[in-house]
Amino acid sequence: MTEHLPALQTALPLLAAPVCVLLRRAALVRVFAVLVTWSCLAIALSLLQEVLGHGEISYALGGWVAPLGIEYRVDILNAYVLVLVATIASVVIAFPLAGRELRIPKERFFLFYALFLLCLAGLLGITITGDLFNIFVFLEISSLSAYALIGLGRDRRALTAGFSYLVMGTIGGTFILIGIGLVYQMTGTLNIVDLSQRLPPVLGTRTVWMAFAFLVVGTSIKLAAFPLHQWLPNAYTYGPSVVASFLSATATKVAYYVLVRLLFTVFGFAFVFERVQLSALLLPLSLIAMVVGSLAAIYQTNIKRLLAYSSIAQIGYMTLGLSLANLDGLTGGLVHLFNHGLIKGGLFLVVACALSRVESPRIESLRGLGKRMPWTMAAFVVGGLGLIGIPGTVGFVSKWYLVLGALDQGLYFVAFMVLASSLLAVVYVWRVIEVMYFSDEERAPERDDAPLSMLLPTWVLIGATIYFGLDTELTAGVAEQAAAYLLGGAS
Amino acid sequence: MNPGDAIGLSVMLPLLGALGIALAGRYPNLREAVTLVTAGAVFATVLNLVPTVMAGGRPGLEVFQVLPGLTLAFEVEPLGMLYALVASGLWIPTALYSIGYCRGHGEENQTRFFVCFALAIFAALGIAFARNLFTLFLFYEVLTLSTYPLVTHYGNDEARRAGRTYLGILLTTSVLFLLLAIVWTWQLTGTLEFSPGGILAGRVDGPLVAILLGLYAFGTGKAALMPFHRWLPAAMVAPTPVSALLHAVAIVKAGVFTVLKVIVYVFGIDFLSETEGSVWLMYVASFTLLAASIIALTKDNLKARLAYSTISQLAYIVLGGALATMDGVFGSGMHIAMHAMGKITLFFCAGAIFVATHKKNVSELDGLGRTMPFTISAFFLGSISIIGLPPTGGAWSKWYLALGAAEGHHAVFIAVLMVSSLLSIGYLMPIVGRAFFFPSSEKQPAQSGGLAGFWAGIEEAPLLCVFPLCLTAAGCVLLFFYAPAILELLQTMSLVR
Repeated sequence: MTEHLPALQTALPLLAAPVCVLLRRAALVRVFAVLVTWSCLAIALSLLQEVLGHGEISYALGGWVAPLGIEYRVDILNAYVLVLVATIASVVIAFPLAGRELRIPKERFFLFYALFLLCLAGLLGITITGDLFNIFVFLEISSLSAYALIGLGRDRRALTAGFSYLVMGTIGGTFILIGIGLVYQMTGTLNIVDLSQRLPPVLGTRTVWMAFAFLVVGTSIKLAAFPLHQWLPNAYTYGPSVVASFLSATATKVAYYVLVRLLFTVFGFAFVFERVQLSALLLPLSLIAMVVGSLAAIYQTNIKRLLAYSSIAQIGYMTLGLSLANLDGLTGGLVHLFNHGLIKGGLFLVVACALSRVESPRIESLRGLGKRMPWTMAAFVVGGLGLIGIPGTVGFVSKWYLVLGALDQGLYFVAFMVLASSLLAVVYVWRVIEVMYFSDEERAPERDDAPLSMLLPTWVLIGATIYFGLDTELTAGVAEQAAAYLLGGAS
Repeated sequence: MNPGDAIGLSVMLPLLGALGIALAGRYPNLREAVTLVTAGAVFATVLNLVPTVMAGGRPGLEVFQVLPGLTLAFEVEPLGMLYALVASGLWIPTALYSIGYCRGHGEENQTRFFVCFALAIFAALGIAFARNLFTLFLFYEVLTLSTYPLVTHYGNDEARRAGRTYLGILLTTSVLFLLLAIVWTWQLTGTLEFSPGGILAGRVDGPLVAILLGLYAFGTGKAALMPFHRWLPAAMVAPTPVSALLHAVAIVKAGVFTVLKVIVYVFGIDFLSETEGSVWLMYVASFTLLAASIIALTKDNLKARLAYSTISQLAYIVLGGALATMDGVFGSGMHIAMHAMGKITLFFCAGAIFVATHKKNVSELDGLGRTMPFTISAFFLGSISIIGLPPTGGAWSKWYLALGAAEGHHAVFIAVLMVSSLLSIGYLMPIVGRAFFFPSSEKQPAQSGGLAGFWAGIEEAPLLCVFPLCLTAAGCVLLFFYAPAILELLQTMSLVR
């Protein structure tokens, strides 16, 4: 049984999705989906434990051995990402669906759960597989279900948001496919480990350079890296908050993982950072993303759009860590993958809680909620402190490594910019806090907080941003090992 | 009690107190009892540590490791001991005073007020006992955030604006400069532990020493060095007990304490005096010291005047550190205690005057000495201590600061100290003069002579306001006689490697 865990990791949610459609009854489907997702988390955790204890796991799907068959390969890097995805999914799935945010009636909630499980299966599949074409297949599974999930938003603009996400996502997917095709043409293999050995002799060819360009741009679209981020703000703004919570914490993170995998395992450190000199492009773009994303967030009037633009800035931190290409920088990027997942997932759940009581996600409509919904708003404050990077929260841990990575390279300006952009975060977070806690009304409003069933998942994620800000063994510890493992092959 | 436990207890007690206050929120008397009991217990626990530290012991407590090499850990050394004593000791009179003030003034949201107050003390003790820069920075930010609700207590537009200035400056400086300095130090040395003689010697040289010191000095916005001082006058919109304990004692002293700790235990005074990396800081501190005094002269609002006086007095402490001499450091350390006692008295008086008469401006205080003799007398004693005249504690710290300047062959700063003393006479004494000797602008009740008439003319603030301020005024005088004990404590500090 345990040797089949890698296969079960994706097969379980993939098979469970149609079962949701068969079960149909909302309450029943919900319990079923929760159980399936929690099992995925258990599998992910045991895989991580296995990898930490005994090293890499290689699993030949259907008994067909690589490079002919599809290999599932779990090393410390993707075991870590699997845990993040499964954790966020486990929390978000338990969050009660509010009819107010969804365009489907309660009788058809099963569709949400089916799509959710499909999306989860896709994301876990991308992460676990050791086969480049398989990555593309799972990418499409997760993306198609994500477009539909976004389209579930009650606001009619959710449909156009979902559609433009579809267009951009498909362009990205096509680029990736072209890249894979070119690589396959040059090497005759799709297995990642196999590729890493067969690519070096042909790295000088123009075909491989083209493949590299297509793959990097394609993943950057999925990652919403600046300036390919245009699809993201609308998707998160008009999609249901729970979907935004799930996707912001997982979809872009998995795309980041794919990018890391491509750069460090497939193409290799020497090619990417010494011959192509990707940092010369990625580093300035990351800095611009950090500043422009934060500045855009400052001027938003919609809380969901504010969080979306903040995501673009935070993705900038992650790609910055990548472009620093040293141990501390890469650790910072990888640890921020986990940390930002917790923060942003938690903050979108806070919005979901708030939207159970107020009509619109406009920041102005949150006025005075600090008294009315104290627990929900306190969660926003804590999450916001995490975005800023106050010590004691996860944001600090990420920032620590990133600044250290920049200083290691002697890039004092970059170190300064990382810190300066977190001050922009203070501005956009505090704008919301001021609205929530300073109200002009004379009498204090009645206390009317979100139900416990909503507060509990929210506080699990928000509480985790504090917990992992103090105990970093699972996050920074594993991220550092993963970074060392990725760089180890290079230097 | 085992010293390690005492450290943990003294840091945790205010946190538990905050929880207790929040739970007891509905019963004001119980809530106030919780505050007082916690304050007393914390002070007793901190006091318990003194003999160990005096005997040269450095009790420590390691809580857990956050990142490899970054631990949340406490260790008590003389400077921290002194700061902890000041912060926790003055919490008791302030707690009494707050009760009198809040009730006398009919404040709203009193529970939030007392909870945040306890949290601020928790953070202050964390700073005092921090064993490394990381722990210090963690509690430094907790202190900033926990006091934001206190600054914006009134929730109006003025409070919101002040809150923005407050948070803006304190977070900007700490994130942009202090954190950068800390990460840089880690990158240079691989450690953030405070250790005798410093950790930077030999790791950095040339102008980088001065730059790094600059990042620390300006990064510690709470030390209110110009040009990052604006948050302190802005914070004066808070209720007066907040200004008294936090913006005259806990927060600003956290700032100068951080600067001193960094100078003594990260750079090391020998290293600084060899490289002359702190000479520029002496001039910046002197400028702040004189400029703030001059601005204080122009302020009519009593609390604003006291705020600028605080900025000036904080610069004394930074100056003492920057001199990088033993006596300078001793003088700075003593001044933490001396200024705290003096300034808290002055703020208590300002608050008492406000509660009793609703007057905020110096120009309205004519003749107040008749109706509020205790308050104004206390104000007089506090002023003497700030000016630095015997028989109050302030005289000693100024003495040692001047000695430190002489020892470092920077005689010009002795002159700066003297000029500043004259300026502080200029901005404090007229207040006392007006109150005692100017005729009141309001109509006086007919004065009958003798003692009976004296008592009849008194219209003081509530007893719970007046009693604490008399206590701290007496403290100013007592410190004159207890200064040798403080010096003895500081002298156990190991300044060299």
